[in-house]
Amino acid sequence: MTMTTNTTTTNTATAKISVQGVRKTFQLKNEEFVALDHVDLDIADNEFVTVVGPSGCGKSTLMNILAGLEEPSSGHALVDGEEVSGPGPERGVIFQQYALFPWLTVRKNVEFGLKVGGVPKAARRERAEYFIRMVGLEQFADALPKMLSGGMKQRCAIARAYAVNPSILLMDEPFGALDALTRVKLQEQLLETWNREKRTVMFITHDVDEAVFLANRVIVMAARPGRIYETVEVDLPYPRTEDVRLSPEFGELRNRVWHAVYHQEPGTNAGTTSSSPTA
Amino acid sequence: MERVIEMTDESERDKSEQAAARAVAAGSTATTALAVAAPRSGGKPPRRSRVSKRTKLIVLNCISVVAGIAIWWILALNGFQFPTPPEVVEKAIQLWNAGILQQDILASLGRVLTGFLLGSAAAVPVGFLMGWYTVGRGLFEPWIQFFRTIPPLALLPLVLVLLGIGEVPKVFVIFLAAFLACVISTYQGVVNVDRTLINAARVLGAKDGAIFVRVVVPASTPFILVGMRVGLGSAWATLVAAELLAAPAGLGYRMQQAQLYYDLATIFVSIVVIGILGLVMDRLLLLAETKLTGWQERR
Repeated sequence: MTMTTNTTTTNTATAKISVQGVRKTFQLKNEEFVALDHVDLDIADNEFVTVVGPSGCGKSTLMNILAGLEEPSSGHALVDGEEVSGPGPERGVIFQQYALFPWLTVRKNVEFGLKVGGVPKAARRERAEYFIRMVGLEQFADALPKMLSGGMKQRCAIARAYAVNPSILLMDEPFGALDALTRVKLQEQLLETWNREKRTVMFITHDVDEAVFLANRVIVMAARPGRIYETVEVDLPYPRTEDVRLSPEFGELRNRVWHAVYHQEPGTNAGTTSSSPTA
Repeated sequence: MERVIEMTDESERDKSEQAAARAVAAGSTATTALAVAAPRSGGKPPRRSRVSKRTKLIVLNCISVVAGIAIWWILALNGFQFPTPPEVVEKAIQLWNAGILQQDILASLGRVLTGFLLGSAAAVPVGFLMGWYTVGRGLFEPWIQFFRTIPPLALLPLVLVLLGIGEVPKVFVIFLAAFLACVISTYQGVVNVDRTLINAARVLGAKDGAIFVRVVVPASTPFILVGMRVGLGSAWATLVAAELLAAPAGLGYRMQQAQLYYDLATIFVSIVVIGILGLVMDRLLLLAETKLTGWQERR
């Protein structure tokens, strides 16, 4: 098992997502709050990156910047080498609160992005059908969100994000509101889906186990100011089964990430070697 | 009517639970990675107790109504100057046969509906403008906040002077009553649209126009309907008072006339008819509300 803290697997030229010197500040009364400071991060095509860190470390802000819902105060956020300006269908976003349209059925929710994109009805139907089946909701295609459990709602949101065929999925603590059992199920399904339909994924979580189980690479962030604290490569094989989850290698990685999250020294990074090469 | 609605809702929920159970069964046999649908086994009380509670309520409602009429009757027979219930019914039949009751109902209903529909039709776009555009809010808000504090009836003297004593002033004050109630509610609805839903639409590629039509409008429908119900109530209240002042026909006018002749039975007929009409219209709106906003999660 290898475990490196110095990531040199990607570089700006080939990176799918490239965050360069991003700083984001908010004005609070008379005081400036630094949500993100000098964040540099490259994510390769079809890589699965998880971002974990204490609350206030700016992980959601980072995701919102990539989604185009917020703008950095300075620095650059690039997707496919182009500066992000506003949301775009090539970047699918999955929210913690599911954000399903409660007045639309599962099918209509999944079709939403296609409909506003002007896809003809028949094609829309077919595509929605495929992704509804992918997440196992075919029995509920005509049900309203209020009839679904939390896990089913999130699966519907995943189908909806996939339906517009994004090359990037940005997931903001998608399983955060679910119970532990449902969460483990959805993690396995998400990986299975990702194996079948490869996408570049940035997945935000506050759960260390989840971060290690899903990722090629775990980004640990720190707060005050929000910054990247450490990067942990996860060299565990896919498909990640229960055996992987219970393996000693997994345990070691988990301990390492755990330590980085819960025993951060204030105002420092865990050695300069841990941050990405552009730093 | 409300009861019936609740029942259908209940049976729908049962259906969804059955569907959930089927999905669980399907999930265990299917080879694809199906997540097990978490069945909703929240602590719902057993059916029987719910039904009996409902029956109990109906029985209590009936008892209450019968008792109320009985007290009315007893008071009427013991020196109070009320007409007895049979006298009121008799009067109603008499007025109906003379064609007066129909004429009054049509006149009043016409005014209420015209004022109410115009008021709601104007309130919805104005409420949207206020909620969606800062300019709209800045321009409309002071006037709406100002007129909101004045009961529309208080404007009646002015309106009568300006618009004469025909139909227009009456419809106008009703319009104003309905408009003010509905506009505030619509505005609240637009302002309260969940930001996450708007963001979700944006990241799915929706532009401003599509977000407005496909997210803002449906999300604020419940608020609009509540506003319309309040508006309808205030339209009825305004109508009767407006007719008391000057009208050739109408339920309020009839009461005014009856008052001159000390005809209490006719006054009672008018009151009961107004109550019934108001109730029926309110229930119709409630039905529309249930149909249009049944997607809402009830907490």
